[in-house]
Amino acid sequence: MQDKRLIIINGLIVGLLAVLLVKFGNPVNMGICIACFIRDIAGGLGLHRAELVQYIRPEIIGIVLGAFLMSYGKKEFNARGGSSPLVRFVLGFIVMIGALMFLGCPLRMVLRIAGGDLNAVVGLIGFAAGIYIGIIFLNKGFTLKRTYTLNKAEGFLLPAINIGLLVLLLAAPTFIFFSQKGPGSMHAPIFLALVAGLIVGGFAQRTRMCMVGGIRDLILFKDWYLISGFIAIFVAALLGNIAIGKFTLGFVKQPVAHNDALWNFLGMGLAGFGSVLLGGCPLRQLILAGEGNIDSAITVLGMLVGAAFAHNFKLASTPDGPTPNGKIAVIIGFIIVALIGYFNIEREVNVKVKGGVKVEG
Amino acid sequence: MLKLKGELKLKGNLVDARGRSCPEPVLLTKKAIEASPDGVKVLVDNATARENIKRFAKNSGYNVEVVENDEGILLTLSR
Repeated sequence: MQDKRLIIINGLIVGLLAVLLVKFGNPVNMGICIACFIRDIAGGLGLHRAELVQYIRPEIIGIVLGAFLMSYGKKEFNARGGSSPLVRFVLGFIVMIGALMFLGCPLRMVLRIAGGDLNAVVGLIGFAAGIYIGIIFLNKGFTLKRTYTLNKAEGFLLPAINIGLLVLLLAAPTFIFFSQKGPGSMHAPIFLALVAGLIVGGFAQRTRMCMVGGIRDLILFKDWYLISGFIAIFVAALLGNIAIGKFTLGFVKQPVAHNDALWNFLGMGLAGFGSVLLGGCPLRQLILAGEGNIDSAITVLGMLVGAAFAHNFKLASTPDGPTPNGKIAVIIGFIIVALIGYFNIEREVNVKVKGGVKVEG
Repeated sequence: MLKLKGELKLKGNLVDARGRSCPEPVLLTKKAIEASPDGVKVLVDNATARENIKRFAKNSGYNVEVVENDEGILLTLSR
């Protein structure tokens, strides 16, 4: 796992699968987007009624189950939780508000850049700035406290819920909403999307792929391991997009995007700030949730509820730009994340050091 | 408590980072190394923390020895 080659292969596969999913029906530059797809699932379940973004995305189901199966096979599946669950729920909620201001999670941000969408470069700068602010809190001793081992059965719950979602998708009962037009109506065949998700989930479980972690480790430890995966995603998706004729360089009229630079910057800044306190980007949260991490499962639920609120309260941007409500929500989000950061700083890092050395925070 | 076999009795400084999610174990290791540059022992309980600390240690010029059992993973960092 020390080997960078595996995460680079992982990145190349994710990038190519994302392009393949676009080729077979997903919205452009949205082969895989954790935030958008959780939002679509919230819509499919009727938690919000934005008619354009309702679908149970099999990619999400596949990612969770792929991570579950891989971790189980590799004996890394382990039910654990209890590390500030409600704080994590709130942070997940706010990360989603930031992502939907920008219109995409960190993974889609990279895919958007690889499609020539320069607004996503602005988003990336904001994202890095948000991570930088979060790192200041980490260096001051921010912690969400430790996790504890839980009953193994609890770890099976989220994978089981995802199997339930798959059944709902396949059975398509009348109470499940499926968009007739808009991004929610655009999707690759179920089987392809599910298998792509399984591959991404399985691989990312092994390599610990994480966009937030990539930039964080680069700043904190000058460690290129995690970010090399995302550079690989970028390269593969760029080449793939050129090959299928979906590369268009520019700021305007980019697919499922707006070109308000300030709010693209702030939206991704909020997502980065919140994610670094959570310890990982939305993709990483899904993977950890599949591995039995209940804290990450709670975070995913926070994102799901955040997505529902984002559309019910008109916080999510549209291709026309951000909404007034969304701007207020992002500002409130920054305040809440900063307060969470401040109140979870351990004044003195409580390292249990045996042998006489006390580490001051 | 972590049961350690005879020769693995703790001698140096031990950081207990069990239950901490990343990047905290690495940050704690970094701080411990700064306080005790000759080497430290770090106790973690998940594979991600193990790999991250191993990578951090190698990047910082330390040798790492890893011992795992049912109750934890002990990493010994030394020059």
